[in-house]
Amino acid sequence: MTFTKRAAAKLLLGTALAASMGTSAFADGHAKTKVGFVYVGPIGDGGWTFEHDKGRLAVEKEFGDSVETVFVESVAEGPDSERVMTQMALDGAELIFTTSFGYMDPTINVAKKFPNVKFEHATGYKRADNVSTYSARFYEGRAIQGHIAGSMTKSNIIGYIGSYPIPEVIRGINSAFIHARKVNPDVQFKIVWAYTWFDPAKEADAAKVLIEQGADVVLQHTDSTAPQAAAQEAGNVITFGQASDMGQYAPFPRVSSIIDDWAPYYIARVQAVKDGTWSSTDTWDGIGAGMVGIGEISDAVPADVKEQALALKASLADGSYHAFTGPLNKQDGTAFLADGETADDGTLAGMNFYVEGIEGDIPQ
Amino acid sequence: MDLSAINPILFIAGFFVAATPLIFAAIGELVVERTGVLNLGVEGMMIIGAICGFATAVETGSPLLGFAAAAVGGAALSLLFAFLTQVMLANQVASGLALTLFGLGFSALLGQSYVGIKPPRMGDVNFGPLADIPVLGPILLSHDIIVYFGLALVVAVWAVLKYTRIGLTLRAVGENHDAAHALGFKVKRIRTLAIMFGGACAGMGGAYISLIRVPQWTEGMTAGIGWIALALVVFASWRPLRVLAGAYLFGGLVQLQLNLQGAGVAIPVEYLAMSPYVITIIVLVFLSRSRSAAPGSLGRIFHASS
Repeated sequence: MTFTKRAAAKLLLGTALAASMGTSAFADGHAKTKVGFVYVGPIGDGGWTFEHDKGRLAVEKEFGDSVETVFVESVAEGPDSERVMTQMALDGAELIFTTSFGYMDPTINVAKKFPNVKFEHATGYKRADNVSTYSARFYEGRAIQGHIAGSMTKSNIIGYIGSYPIPEVIRGINSAFIHARKVNPDVQFKIVWAYTWFDPAKEADAAKVLIEQGADVVLQHTDSTAPQAAAQEAGNVITFGQASDMGQYAPFPRVSSIIDDWAPYYIARVQAVKDGTWSSTDTWDGIGAGMVGIGEISDAVPADVKEQALALKASLADGSYHAFTGPLNKQDGTAFLADGETADDGTLAGMNFYVEGIEGDIPQ
Repeated sequence: MDLSAINPILFIAGFFVAATPLIFAAIGELVVERTGVLNLGVEGMMIIGAICGFATAVETGSPLLGFAAAAVGGAALSLLFAFLTQVMLANQVASGLALTLFGLGFSALLGQSYVGIKPPRMGDVNFGPLADIPVLGPILLSHDIIVYFGLALVVAVWAVLKYTRIGLTLRAVGENHDAAHALGFKVKRIRTLAIMFGGACAGMGGAYISLIRVPQWTEGMTAGIGWIALALVVFASWRPLRVLAGAYLFGGLVQLQLNLQGAGVAIPVEYLAMSPYVITIIVLVFLSRSRSAAPGSLGRIFHASS
């Protein structure tokens, strides 16, 4: 479609004009903005990458022919991702979204080599003149999960599948734990680290082990639906969708979910590049701004618990309540937050400790 | 740290599930190696089996048909290996490695539209009141049919190799293919059939991962189990019943690592990930001190003229 349009324009305008315009990209009167996406999992993972790809499709829908998007899926964190980003930049991408924590250093490295290309790195903390960071306050969603989990568990054991021991994941564990303990002082967390974002086999094994050890709630910070399948198999275990709704497992075992909604952010950033107003920023939005969505709380949750969860969501959204509000101690018993004090973003961004009550050590 | 959190009954029952893919892949490879052929393509045949089984089960709604298709897929891929090594007389090590790499890539291509889909579920065998026997019931009698099929297969391979004429022929071909040829055995035909049997077994092992253990499809999901199966055959010094013991040991190590984590004991994942290979190396050291247990013609190319 585009090609024929371009070709026709060239024919009509003749060689003189085409030559004066320089490149064929200008032949139909618009420069196409090329936007690249680097994904850590396959777009069909049903979780994290699936939602980023929904964001990409929203960009295509919003801008139509004036934008071209490209993506590469299942890119390993590390040197391989650097190669993929470099290739995208060489192919003319003006804006590249790198959508996993482990792409942080590769993004900075490639950004140095291509000062005219804009980069957007998800969930990281390193920025440059042409590198923005963006993330969502998933821990707000974790607070709601913790509340439901603590209210519904009968064994008082909640299993948690961690991916990597990074601040992002630890923040989620702490937030879920704080709110589970609030409604159920006997609750215990069992945490298994899978050391992967996406590996259904490992995630399934981890979920099974947690269930065997008595957990009747499994929270996951990994991207596949395998733990949901394991919980369904076990029969009496509840789970929460991670990154995406995972609605195919509703209403049970999946009783709610955290949904990432990247589309508005992606559209705004692409617009900024087109307008020439793009600048390096740090975005960290939560439930209030709509970047974190809470999937429908299913009927498997008792009505009063659902009501409390929705009230908690409303207070997190309007800012009247912060998920990390004192008094809170760190795991070793030292003070973390005084009564009524809330954690600042710097502390949250670098969180590398468990709060009081969680057992076990964070692997180094 | 709270080791009492580990439920020993469920922990041991988990061994059976973790060991089954290994048992299938290793028992198939054992037969292949006993006829004197070294097929390093186990991983490739497993993953092809995993996607063939998954796709068929999703399309037909029947996990059992999926397993049948997995066996066919694995055997079909192994025919490529048989053609290279038995007809073209290519190097077995290189052909096997090529088979693994090809299988991993080709399965990813086949599986593109199956990512994130739920396969039909295979129920556990119903043993009626027997399943309620304390301890033994949940450990032994709470599994799907494939687990028992795997156990039966090991016993069958053991009996055939030890007591039947077919087994004697297979072993003769593996120990000395020239002598077997002189006796009038069709060395290439026997080896090709063994390779296909190995491929079918590996395929079913792969399907067990994608249809029952996970159950889901992702590329590269066999994650090195084929290589552990190869190590397991050596570890078992080419004896079927030792394969069974080794599979529980190797499969149990994975279970153990996750169970210990859940109980609050942090052991670096890497130690347990490399332990099957470390154990195999140690066993190899001991084996080499005594008479080698490997089949005499293992890895050697046969041509009637030599």
